[in-house]
Amino acid sequence: MTSPDGNLFQQQEANRRRTTWLVIGFVLFFAWLGFGGDYILALATTDSGPHAYHHVFPWLGIVLTLTAIITARYAYKTGPEKVLWSTGAREVIDPETDGERQLVNVVEEMAIAAGVARPRIWIVPDDDPNAFATGHGPGDSHIAVTQGLLSICNREELQAVIGHELGHVKNLDVRLMTTLAALVGAVLLVRDGMGRMMGGRSRISSRAEGGGKKGAGPLIAILLALWIISWVIAPLVTQLLALAVSRRREYLADDMSAQFTRNPLALASALEKIESATAPTTSIKRGAAHLCIADPLGRHFTNHEGWLGDVFATHPPMGMRIAKLKGMGYAQLKKEGGSFTNSALA
Amino acid sequence: MWVLLVVVVVAVLWVIGAYNGLISLKNQTINAFKQIDVQLKRRHDLIPNLVNSVKGAMDFERSTLEAVIQARNQAVKVNASGPEAVKQISQAENALSSALSRLMVVVERYPDLKATGNVAQLQEELTSTENRIAFARQLYNDTATQYTTKQQQFPTTLVAGMAHAAPADLWEIEDQAERAVPQVDLSRR
Repeated sequence: MTSPDGNLFQQQEANRRRTTWLVIGFVLFFAWLGFGGDYILALATTDSGPHAYHHVFPWLGIVLTLTAIITARYAYKTGPEKVLWSTGAREVIDPETDGERQLVNVVEEMAIAAGVARPRIWIVPDDDPNAFATGHGPGDSHIAVTQGLLSICNREELQAVIGHELGHVKNLDVRLMTTLAALVGAVLLVRDGMGRMMGGRSRISSRAEGGGKKGAGPLIAILLALWIISWVIAPLVTQLLALAVSRRREYLADDMSAQFTRNPLALASALEKIESATAPTTSIKRGAAHLCIADPLGRHFTNHEGWLGDVFATHPPMGMRIAKLKGMGYAQLKKEGGSFTNSALA
Repeated sequence: MWVLLVVVVVAVLWVIGAYNGLISLKNQTINAFKQIDVQLKRRHDLIPNLVNSVKGAMDFERSTLEAVIQARNQAVKVNASGPEAVKQISQAENALSSALSRLMVVVERYPDLKATGNVAQLQEELTSTENRIAFARQLYNDTATQYTTKQQQFPTTLVAGMAHAAPADLWEIEDQAERAVPQVDLSRR
């Protein structure tokens, strides 16, 4: 069996680094939006009369950068709560039904197998089968499954799905993906807020275009265009980031689940069940889609291998994942058969 | 001269890294072993309650229940330490495991029994307990194998003595009944 253990430290390190870069990139992006705006305003107001407004102090840049730093900090800290809140999950503290008791047991078993602390357990009231993990790492993690998953999976399949999620936890995938989800949310929020402010500001920029025609006209126009484009594409960029980070991780987490349960066929059959339940998971919105074991939006692109899928899907094609797991399962069966003949000979 | 210095510095850094890696694996192995202990203790504590809760419903299978209790008491008594510890503990625990799996088979045989709330719960708890122990053992064996491999591989083996690294015992399944994979024996027919 392929043992992903060797890459574990590399993977954790990569995720730590990527989370840091994500946060830095986020702050830099807002610094550009702020200081770029300041620069444009400064250029636009240099030619105006002595009594008119001169934009000298870059307050826009300072305010936006500070906002971005505070937002990033806040998003990092409260990310898991926000993700769970957005799906309407409820925490299982005292299991009441047999199904919940089994879920708690299975999560505790898999936490032992993975050698991580027991995560907190949540149930999303949704009939479509799906599951996701969130948190900052092995010491502080959450696992959420939908009601639908509990009702269609048997014990072994549930184990495999939880193993997959714990793979994400152990890899520190959850840290990167949760921060990303929280930042995507923050970008949307900030853009909406700033969009309202920009409405009031458009008077100045239209005046600036008129005044700038003498000297730095083209420069201002280009900068302005770039700047406005940045505002518009900000959410899009974060979306693309979300897509780019998650595809390979799913294969790796599948491998880790197989390593924990020693039962890749159980995950294969769980994925088949999840796949055949075609309904989209309505409680899980776009912002948290990349956290799930299966694409909750049921996007068409997911089932394409190749550049189209690479660019637009958060998850690798289900068929490929199932085929890989089945290959692993049959290899394991063969190996066990082989070892039996060896011991019989000895 | 400078080249020599660089080589020495790199060598020292490598020794530190290899040494720390071994120590970290050693501690992980010890910790994983403690985890098995924790889970075994949990099972010992759980069994009397579980057996009591189904005693009434399963009066006709008194001997199976008693076998479980007896195996449990045997396992609690084992208090060995030293190099033989793993072997002794695993023997007692394996006996308990097979007593429990016989109980599970018995429960399977009576569908009416499974309908009783207590018994269904008992089954779930037993499954979970057995799984926890199996997974704790699996983690221990994986970690111990990694540790042993690391200390025997070149060039890490050069610092193994310094880190007082010794091959860790694996937790083996002694009981043939438990090891049993459906076997087809064609030779004796």
